[in-house]
Amino acid sequence: MENKRKYVVPGDVITSGPFRPEQNVVLEGNKIISTTVGISEIYDDSVRVLSLTGKYIPKIDDLVIGKVLSHTSLSWELDINSCYVGFLPAQDVFGRDFSAHADELSSKLKTGDLVAARIANFDRTRDPLVTISDRDLGKIDSGALVEISPSKVPRLIGKRGTMIQTIEIATNAAITIGQNGWVVVSCESTEGLLKAKKAIKMVDEKAHIANLTDQVKEMLESKSES
Amino acid sequence: MGGREATMVLLDENGIRCDGRKVDETRKITIKAGVLKNADGSAYIEFGDNKILVGIFGPRDVHPKHMSDTDTGILRVRYHMEPFSVTERKNPAPSRREIEISKVIKEALEPAVMLEKFPRTAVDVFIEVLQADGGSRCAALSAASVALADAGIPMRDMVAACASGKVADTIVLDVNNEEDQAGQADMPIGYMPNLKKITLLQLDGILTPDEFKKCVEVGINGCKIVYELQKKALTDKYFGNGID
Repeated sequence: MENKRKYVVPGDVITSGPFRPEQNVVLEGNKIISTTVGISEIYDDSVRVLSLTGKYIPKIDDLVIGKVLSHTSLSWELDINSCYVGFLPAQDVFGRDFSAHADELSSKLKTGDLVAARIANFDRTRDPLVTISDRDLGKIDSGALVEISPSKVPRLIGKRGTMIQTIEIATNAAITIGQNGWVVVSCESTEGLLKAKKAIKMVDEKAHIANLTDQVKEMLESKSES
Repeated sequence: MGGREATMVLLDENGIRCDGRKVDETRKITIKAGVLKNADGSAYIEFGDNKILVGIFGPRDVHPKHMSDTDTGILRVRYHMEPFSVTERKNPAPSRREIEISKVIKEALEPAVMLEKFPRTAVDVFIEVLQADGGSRCAALSAASVALADAGIPMRDMVAACASGKVADTIVLDVNNEEDQAGQADMPIGYMPNLKKITLLQLDGILTPDEFKKCVEVGINGCKIVYELQKKALTDKYFGNGID
């Protein structure tokens, strides 16, 4: 059960044997090889590498923060901090009875608006289809956008959300994390907002350090006393 | 290349070369990963007197659009020498030689990078030679591979590169500029050390079949030395301080 964690670079042989290759690894003969710089983890029957670099690649059901790039008469295009643009069809917002003549897209979302969206569909043949018709999704009216490296998003969330909870409780801020590395922080007080932003930046910079949650906690508390 | 009239002693009776190295020794190599902030990935290499900077962008949208491939991503490489990289000012426009090197480096990297994961995108590799010495294509290829790993482009293996050659009738590792000019053969090799595959093999000069085999062998040993340094560069950047 003990999963051996190891630092790997591309080409490193992690293990050989009957394992299932998962994220960021390839099976070459009977060897399992890392394809990226990261930390390898061996489970009972599978091997994966947690990547430490790289751009965001959309995955179905991911929550992302998008910025409206432009729109046609039928759809919006969202910048989702990836190599692909998110495609948001007008029906998703106006409903089934959308009419390209009657409805004006810019009345709902304008260029530059931020939206919380979910990747509805994505495969290699097409740009990712996103949706905002769900609870907690849709246009973001207030808050500050913080950009972090997409590969560090899991660290910002922490094990079962511990890291993000720590920050939210200490600063009283509401934080929306997009899997694409864009994070929206909104907070009543300016002080809390600045502190939350600082904490997020800190996680981004020190992602590889162990017991980072404690360090973040320390940072947040030390400021509140002063 | 028959070899120009040698005005210097390329290899003395003790087996020491013109710059004081032994036959199986490389020049001093240092590699650093992640030196540029604005590029997605970057690397800097000093390989003897070569000083080369590599920046990576991507995967990103392909412009012009018609170049994109719906099946796979594409790799674009530009090898460029600065006007001040050589003793006489070099015209900054791409020369025949630079176009060739761009092409061979691209083809040497292609077997390693897994671009099929990013259809309709491009990965751009920009190589700037700040100071040139012999064997700049090998140094550039080694640095490009580190920069690609830094950018997080999935790769089956790193590509390490080193040249070998024939100087004064002896097979030597890592041919420098003087040896390249006056020597008998120069063979740049790109090698994937874990997959044990050659991705770049060029030969300028004449070798017998036996010499050829020896030359490849020596070159691959050089690649393995470079590979360790590439690994170190990445480890230093990502796992340098603080151990989990």
